[in-house]
Amino acid sequence: MKIDNRLLALAAIVVACVLPMFLRNFQVFQLTLAMVYAIAILGLTMLTGFNGQISLGHGAFYAIGAYTAAILMDRFGVPYWATLPVAGVVCLVAGFLFGLPALRLEGLYLALATFALGTALPQLLKYKLIEGWTGGVQGIVIIKPDPPFDLPISQDRWLYYFTLFVLLVMFVIGQNILRGRMGRAMVAIRDQPMAAAAMGVDTAMVKSLTFGISALYTGVAGALGAIVIQFVAPDSFNIFLSISFVVGMVIGGVGSIAGAIFGGLFIQFVPNVAEAVSKSAPWAIYGIFLIVFMFIMPGGMAAFFKLIWTKIGGKV
Amino acid sequence: MDAFLHQVVAGLATGGIYAAVALALVMIYQSTHLVNFAQGEMAMFSTYIAWAMIQEGMPYWIAFVLAVAISLVGGIAIQRFIIRPVSNASVLTVVVVFIGLLAIFNAMAGWFWSHTIKVFPSPFPEKPVFGKLISNHEMGTLGVTLVVLILLYVFFKYTPLGLAMRAAAQNPISSRLVGVRVSWMLALGWGLAAAIGAIAGMMVAPIVYLDPNMMGGILLYGFASALLGGIDNPWGAVLGGFIVGVLENVLGAYVIGTELKLTVALVIIVAVLTVKPSGLFGKVIVTRV
Repeated sequence: MKIDNRLLALAAIVVACVLPMFLRNFQVFQLTLAMVYAIAILGLTMLTGFNGQISLGHGAFYAIGAYTAAILMDRFGVPYWATLPVAGVVCLVAGFLFGLPALRLEGLYLALATFALGTALPQLLKYKLIEGWTGGVQGIVIIKPDPPFDLPISQDRWLYYFTLFVLLVMFVIGQNILRGRMGRAMVAIRDQPMAAAAMGVDTAMVKSLTFGISALYTGVAGALGAIVIQFVAPDSFNIFLSISFVVGMVIGGVGSIAGAIFGGLFIQFVPNVAEAVSKSAPWAIYGIFLIVFMFIMPGGMAAFFKLIWTKIGGKV
Repeated sequence: MDAFLHQVVAGLATGGIYAAVALALVMIYQSTHLVNFAQGEMAMFSTYIAWAMIQEGMPYWIAFVLAVAISLVGGIAIQRFIIRPVSNASVLTVVVVFIGLLAIFNAMAGWFWSHTIKVFPSPFPEKPVFGKLISNHEMGTLGVTLVVLILLYVFFKYTPLGLAMRAAAQNPISSRLVGVRVSWMLALGWGLAAAIGAIAGMMVAPIVYLDPNMMGGILLYGFASALLGGIDNPWGAVLGGFIVGVLENVLGAYVIGTELKLTVALVIIVAVLTVKPSGLFGKVIVTRV
């Protein structure tokens, strides 16, 4: 029995479309957030998994995207869907600019610089000169969008389908980038930078551009996240948000597109379950999972499912 | 002028703490070429251990020494059980393991001792002895930092074990051939780094108060100091710590205000890494192509 991968993806999409009908609003909201995180993690996995540039500060781009959306909606009355492309472009530019000096940094040092970015960002967002825009420590409250065309569904459900749509678009585009010329160049740079340069890959350009695209994905996720949660505040974008993305990426599978979805589901639902034990339990579990996965399953959940899949006769 | 001088002196005192953190980072970097992202959280955890012992009624300095000793053993254990198995893995793997450690220590501190902010005592008397220019705690911090530096210098320069550690860091293969147990030397390096971190944590806790996230900013300054001085040069790292401490205080007081202090560290880190990656006193790495 050989089943095509596409069929599997189609089945997943159908399930995703039907699922909200059987769930309560809050559960739908949680699933929406999981999808938002999946998009952010896809951005991170493009950079770290495919291009080998380690970022420990992707929460910064998520925050920039979130604030772009919030400020546009709050100050300029821009409709929520129109903020996504703007947030994407802003983060593309921000990521590209941060990627330029990052070109000179090898693995560990880039991790250090991005770690610094992630740690310093909340303070920067509170800075009083930009308080008129960012709302300072208080943050910005956004109004939840209503479903269009008087659709008879709740706001949460509408946002779920909206996010699902964005997720599908982002993943299809991501798949095309990563499977195409650009993706091959990214992987070549990761594995053999010198050989890639000798083959005519513009190493500097591809690396900066990857940084930009990665930031774009995470930024769009940030904008979506802001719309879904209806609130942005500096302290929700601390270094632990960035680390959550790393956790999601590692658990899902570094360098796996589908893995980003597992990662998103993991960082959304595991803390909920663990918090029943203790407020600190989620992070203890994150830490243990990170180390255990690195020791015994570096390919993450994606590799694990692929293994089972091939065992039962599926085609990869 | 007095106010300015006070800022500089206070900067030197916090700089001493940064210098200690930077030194801990350099200690691990020199032997394994890794930057320990969990260094700050390890120090925080050590400080909590000291706090718990003081709460139990133990005199400060006994708790201090015990916490340092526990950290030393703990550091060695972490290297043996968690870091050594991945020491030959890719940079990403090692970084992820460090991040895992960071999360675990942060969570454990919150789990055992709750997330509420706690007051950590200063061992130095309240009543000012040195006039208005410098508080006793600042003076004490400087003194403790200097004592640590001298002890480390003596240890590495004049003891056989220190010599073996330096040899293991510089040339592991030759050291192994002459009978140095390189792997244990690396573990000891981790232990020493954890111990130095513990001292830094206990010195900074009376200023920033004790909570699971207290070392976040300090670690960032430690990174900035180590990079500024050259991450493979202990003396450079110490000097970098003092420079960063003074810079932070003076800039914070007169130029940018206290709200952007972490951004200063970010700017220093990115600037050093892009303009002069070897730092002020580090060795320039030449790669053969």
